[in-house]
Amino acid sequence: MTHQAPTQPPQEGAGSAHLLYSEQEEDLRAAVRALLADRCPPETVLAHAEGGRAYDTALWQALGAEMGTAGLLVPEQLGGAGGSAREAAVVLEELGRAVSPVPYLTSAVIATQALLSCVGAMADANTDSGEQPRAAAETAADAEVAVELLAALASGERVGVLAVPLSSAPGSASAVTVRADAHAALTGQIAGVADALAADVLLVPADGPDGVGLYAVETSAPKAARLRLDPSTPLDLTRTLARISLDAMSARRVAGPGGAEAAIARALLTGAGLLASEQLGLAEWCLTQTVRYTKERHQFGRPVGSFQALKHRMAALWLDLVSARAAARAAADALATGDRDAPVAVAVAQAHTARVAVRAAQECVQLHGGIGMTWEHPAHLYLKRAKSDEIALGTPGRHQEVLARLIDLPAPTG
Amino acid sequence: MSAKNTAVEAAEPSPGPIAAAEPSGSPADGAEPPPGPIDAAELRRRVAQLLAAYDPATTARADFLRAQFDAGLAWVHYPAGLGGLGAPRALQGVVTAELDAAGAPDNDPRRIGIGLGMAAPTILRYGTKDQQRRLLRPLWTGDEVWCQLFSEPGAGSDLAALATRAVYVPAAHPSEGHSADDAERAGGFGATARERGEPGEHGEPGEEAPRSGEWVIDGQKVWTSSAHVARWGILIARTDPDLPKHRGISYFICDMTDPGVEVRPLRQITGEAEFNEVFLTGVRIPDSHRLGAPGEGWRVAQTTLMNERVAIGGGSVPREHGMIGVAARTWRERPDLRTHDLHQRLLRLWVEAEAARYAGERLGQQLAIGQPGPEGSAMKLAFARLHQEVSGLEVELLGDEGLTYDDWTMRRPELVDFTGREAGYRYLRAKGNSIEGGTSEVLLNIIAERVLGLPPEPRTDKDAAWKDLPR
Ligand SMILES: Cc1cc2nc3c(=O)[nH]c(=O)nc-3n(C[C@H](O)[C@H](O)[C@H](O)COP(=O)(O)OP(=O)(O)OC[C@H]3O[C@@H](n4cnc5c(N)ncnc54)[C@H](O)[C@@H]3O)c2cc1C
Repeated sequence: MTHQAPTQPPQEGAGSAHLLYSEQEEDLRAAVRALLADRCPPETVLAHAEGGRAYDTALWQALGAEMGTAGLLVPEQLGGAGGSAREAAVVLEELGRAVSPVPYLTSAVIATQALLSCVGAMADANTDSGEQPRAAAETAADAEVAVELLAALASGERVGVLAVPLSSAPGSASAVTVRADAHAALTGQIAGVADALAADVLLVPADGPDGVGLYAVETSAPKAARLRLDPSTPLDLTRTLARISLDAMSARRVAGPGGAEAAIARALLTGAGLLASEQLGLAEWCLTQTVRYTKERHQFGRPVGSFQALKHRMAALWLDLVSARAAARAAADALATGDRDAPVAVAVAQAHTARVAVRAAQECVQLHGGIGMTWEHPAHLYLKRAKSDEIALGTPGRHQEVLARLIDLPAPTG
Repeated sequence: MSAKNTAVEAAEPSPGPIAAAEPSGSPADGAEPPPGPIDAAELRRRVAQLLAAYDPATTARADFLRAQFDAGLAWVHYPAGLGGLGAPRALQGVVTAELDAAGAPDNDPRRIGIGLGMAAPTILRYGTKDQQRRLLRPLWTGDEVWCQLFSEPGAGSDLAALATRAVYVPAAHPSEGHSADDAERAGGFGATARERGEPGEHGEPGEEAPRSGEWVIDGQKVWTSSAHVARWGILIARTDPDLPKHRGISYFICDMTDPGVEVRPLRQITGEAEFNEVFLTGVRIPDSHRLGAPGEGWRVAQTTLMNERVAIGGGSVPREHGMIGVAARTWRERPDLRTHDLHQRLLRLWVEAEAARYAGERLGQQLAIGQPGPEGSAMKLAFARLHQEVSGLEVELLGDEGLTYDDWTMRRPELVDFTGREAGYRYLRAKGNSIEGGTSEVLLNIIAERVLGLPPEPRTDKDAAWKDLPR
């Protein structure tokens, strides 16, 4: 499947973002929504959560591989669908709306973006005359692995996961907790990694002989006994978490010093920016369901939605969504066009949309009354996803701190 | 607070002065009447006596609690003979402090919140002497757990719309009263029951003819917390569908061991099933298990609900009691988690919690001098909001740990603990605080209409016969 890129505005910085949905994006949305309506209704999500599986493999096959959404961020010549972050954002809106248990954000966005950066680093190195021949050869070898993995991820055949804690925020360096020896054997632990249990390939940041590198670990490799994944019980029933333990586990390097850090930073920035779209879709579901329910539910001889106290609450939520949608679109567009304002747009989208999603889910529970407190009703799946997403890829507070630096509103000193 | 209760209706007339929940002052017979006024010194003397006779170190917990009840030291403001001494309510703190210092067991109020906070004051006000004698002691000691059979699928905030039916069946031989079977099921408060009347409102307890016959109950209740461990349930049911909805309701004490009572767990967002669906099919309740006059159930229920709010509001608790204390502890213990943003937000919530604590203390002082204010409803609202905000902040503060949950296993807990377990559980459980016991929206309506005197919403459902209402 190929997607034409939307008409792209000039890359000028703040104020020029293209914030509407293109026709192709709406078509993509309709296709994804139809698939999810059919394959991922709330009952299925709940049953999945109770079944304790890592993710919905059949749904992932249909969505990622058959529909081709796994490769949206990847250019066609690298085996992808040649779309952009704008389209990936639309997919995430729908996945948020359905709280789907698939590794789209982790594999098709974050890990894919990390690998794209690794491949990009090679392109840069080729034109960089200053690099030593040996280093250039190593970079080329790294990139070859990255290209191979990228194609596998883009096709939806394999799931890749960047092995960092889900709470990692872009723009604030997180500690590297794994060591790599000269033969690229990895030792160490990383806790709280989302979808690690779903991964065929883990991209592990590790301290190597000459600095931080990014290493690919095959979870089904013969030496897999040297790799342990301990699941932890997640608050969000639709996204698994695990601790990764490596003990001299063999790996292949996909990026060396400099390149690895840039790849991780870029991956987290893209992840955080597009997570806002997932949060937007989630919040929209909460409002739509709440409006529907309060129109139907009668107390005191009238629909409870006819009480102004509730009407105003839902109207206020709608207002929040207006700005959340614009902020999420701005982040997706900035990422798609490579705008240098992207870090600001991402921080704004995260700081704002994360809170809107939590508020929407909380209001959804509250305005449903007792039924909203039950396991049977899907509202809790959204509440748990929204609350976890608030922490994922940086809390709103963290994003505000990043923003303070970016826009020069420093914290008081002393 | 006691665990939870059910809806309160916004637009109904005030259920009467809060002071009506105070003791009637007429000691039940069989009790040792206090020799003089009961003050703090007298209470300390009696606690010392109790401790001398029943050393907490060597006395079984249940025995100690029963002895405490019999000594009138359970709830000192209740009448003598019913666990109290007719003393001012505020003096209970003296007893509790003395007993705590001596290492005496408590009656685990979290496990029996509905009994203590809701059933007991209602039984005290509307119960017959036999009902009071039979029920209050095991209620207080925790030997018998209570649940509240109020909410229904179609009647939550609009509780008065309830559809569970109660149909009266006269006894075959009315003059003989109950069969021995009934008397046994009634646990000894059946055959000789007499209406007590309503102290304070209708003068002295009136005499009523011996009650006979029984009620047959059919319907469904929902969100019934603790039904799976309860011995008794306070139940409201429709006894006259031809009357407007508030007028055809009666109030009963339902024996949860009746074969017609079926309790099915209802799992909630925390993973546990604290509440239940309760199906009532041909449940037979002797007329002696009725509380208040037939058709007066709505008024009796208002006492139940009002008392819960008093119980929430009238407390004096130490600084950092409850959820804010939990979050403050996490903050102090985990410097690694601190950020400027969280710091400011925590401080703001701390201030709000402290102000709410003063408000609770002030309400308690008002109650103690017999000037109850309407602040009771405000306390529940503040409590719900603070619980939710503070627990939400704590999850965020914990970051990586906030992304995890301790255990989703389906369980049927015996007690409700808002501040127990881990942050994720506290966050999810707190969501119920603004729904259980009357939603925050409904409580705000009550404040707007009853406290501020704002005009009510126009209503079409109040005066029509219940059977003619659209459903
Ligand atoms: C954890 C928990 C424990 C409970 N335990 C018990 C128990 O032990 N026994 C028992 O009997 N019940 C119990 N309940 C039930 C509880 O009392 C009801 O859920 C509550 O009264 C709300 O009723 P509902 O669920 O039908 O919601 P609804 O009444 O349908 O309310 C839906 C929404 O409409 C709003 N609304 C309704 N009317 C108005 C209005 N006039 N103005 C503005 N907004 C309005 C509500 O605030 C709510 O947001 C429990 C509930 C919970 C969550």
